[in-house]
Amino acid sequence: MRSRSRPVPDEDEAAHGRARAAARARFWEPVSQWMFIVPAVTYLLLFFGYPIVKNVVMSFQQYTTTTFYTGAAPFAGLQNYTKILSSDLFPKALLTTVLFTAGSIAGQFVVGLALALFFQRRFPLGGVLRSLLLLPWLLPLVVSGTTWRWMLDTDDGVVNKALRDLHLLSSGIPWLTGTSQALVAVILINIWVGIPFNTVILYGGLQDIPVHLYEAAKLDGAGAVAAFRHVTWPLLRPVVDVVLVLGVVYTIKVLDLILIVTGGGPADATETLATRSYELSFQQFEFGRGAAMSNVLVAVSLIFAFVHLRARRRARRT
Amino acid sequence: MKRAPSRGLVSTIVGIVLLAVMLFPVYWMVNASLQPAGNPLRGGWFPLHPDLGGYATALRDQGRNLVTSLVVALGSVAFSLALAAPAAYALAHLPVRGINLVLFGVLITQMVPGIAVANALYNAYNDLGLLNSSLGLVLADSTAGVPFAIIILRSFMQGIPREIIEAARVDGAGRLRTFRSVVLPLSTNALITAALFTFLFAWSDFLFALTLTTTDTVRPITLGIYEYIGAHTNQWNAIMATAVLASAPAAVLLVIAQRHVAAGATSGAVK
Repeated sequence: MRSRSRPVPDEDEAAHGRARAAARARFWEPVSQWMFIVPAVTYLLLFFGYPIVKNVVMSFQQYTTTTFYTGAAPFAGLQNYTKILSSDLFPKALLTTVLFTAGSIAGQFVVGLALALFFQRRFPLGGVLRSLLLLPWLLPLVVSGTTWRWMLDTDDGVVNKALRDLHLLSSGIPWLTGTSQALVAVILINIWVGIPFNTVILYGGLQDIPVHLYEAAKLDGAGAVAAFRHVTWPLLRPVVDVVLVLGVVYTIKVLDLILIVTGGGPADATETLATRSYELSFQQFEFGRGAAMSNVLVAVSLIFAFVHLRARRRARRT
Repeated sequence: MKRAPSRGLVSTIVGIVLLAVMLFPVYWMVNASLQPAGNPLRGGWFPLHPDLGGYATALRDQGRNLVTSLVVALGSVAFSLALAAPAAYALAHLPVRGINLVLFGVLITQMVPGIAVANALYNAYNDLGLLNSSLGLVLADSTAGVPFAIIILRSFMQGIPREIIEAARVDGAGRLRTFRSVVLPLSTNALITAALFTFLFAWSDFLFALTLTTTDTVRPITLGIYEYIGAHTNQWNAIMATAVLASAPAAVLLVIAQRHVAAGATSGAVK
């Protein structure tokens, strides 16, 4: 600020003020715009960017329990990757991940679509029933997992009790303790959790299909099946793509449900890439290998991310 | 469309049956929570003699954890909205450079497995002294809330006409005042939707509770239930009572804020 020794005429003063305000605006405008976005971007970088980079670094280091006291994590080259990829558990965990994801998605999608088509019909209470259907999706997974674990108990579970009462079997099915049944059980539970989400999204897609197309199909003498094949399905395709890819991205990293229901057992029957990563890091404190395993998972997810973005673009174009 | 009323009624009955099948586990959880201690199955299909012993045990053992979950979830709502609302406004209405990059980043966050974040955070928290702290959990749980809130709020704010914002600017309001006194009040509904979901995300979190706490000083209810299962499996009525208490927010929100839940479910995915 310059000190003013002589009085300045009013006009001059006003012009100065305006110029100063304009200069201030030129400087502050971009800054104030950035102020809106900087906190969120900083957070995303710290809590997503940093973990991604840190996991890559960790996956080339050797972590042990003493690392946390001494801070020493020597560089280990590709050792972590060779160890996890050559372990007997890896192909099994990879296959389980694929089966778990494919089974969950197939079940969620088919049932979700059937329910969405059903709720498309207008009937009393339809809206209320449709929104109550969301409950399984909103419940904490720990709650769903615990409840199902109790329901599927071999001796005391209600599922086996019902089957016995109906004389469909004489002894209980070991849902969670049999090596061949446990994966099926976990998939069924995850299907139950995922149905509402699929129903809501697909129902939304069905609502966007113009009614006059159905009327035209009817005039052409198309039955319900033909109308579905030639009107509903083609127009729903973009939404179907989105639901399937989102489903894969979310399902592939499911961890809590499996930990709660089976803990990866029995005999590793329900170990996936995500549960292996958790066990390596947090049960064996082999953070290097845990990080390597989660990087394999990230890589698979990223491949699907690009498919997802393509599907979104297609959904937007229609 | 005109339909024979009888056909509509048949659909309603079918719908109720479908819903009953889908919600049976929820019923079974409530039923088991009202049985006397011991084996709830002997209590039968209906809670004919409801026994609140399970709830008494649950509140005694898990009351503190419920409070912890509430504090962490509310903290996560405040934190997520404070970050997401200004960012969503900037992404919807300001000519900020690199918008597409930020949006792409937000989408990518959906693909990052929680376990990858937990791996890195455990080590960072260990150095920063954030393990076993409510603040640490609030920050970690917001990894679900912040991107989701940005997506929802941005798609809503894009619908606010530019003229309204420009009018406020012409009247001499600064960016911040325009945002505070024009944009935010118009976005109340979207803010409520975002708040409900960020609350549920943080309330339901299990992974960060499991990996970022090592003692029982700060223990969310989800972890409380998990440790309950390991501790005494003959106390199923107390475990199920805790599960019912942990489900209460989701059920209450669904009943009182149906519209918002449906809005959140769809806008998070397809828009």
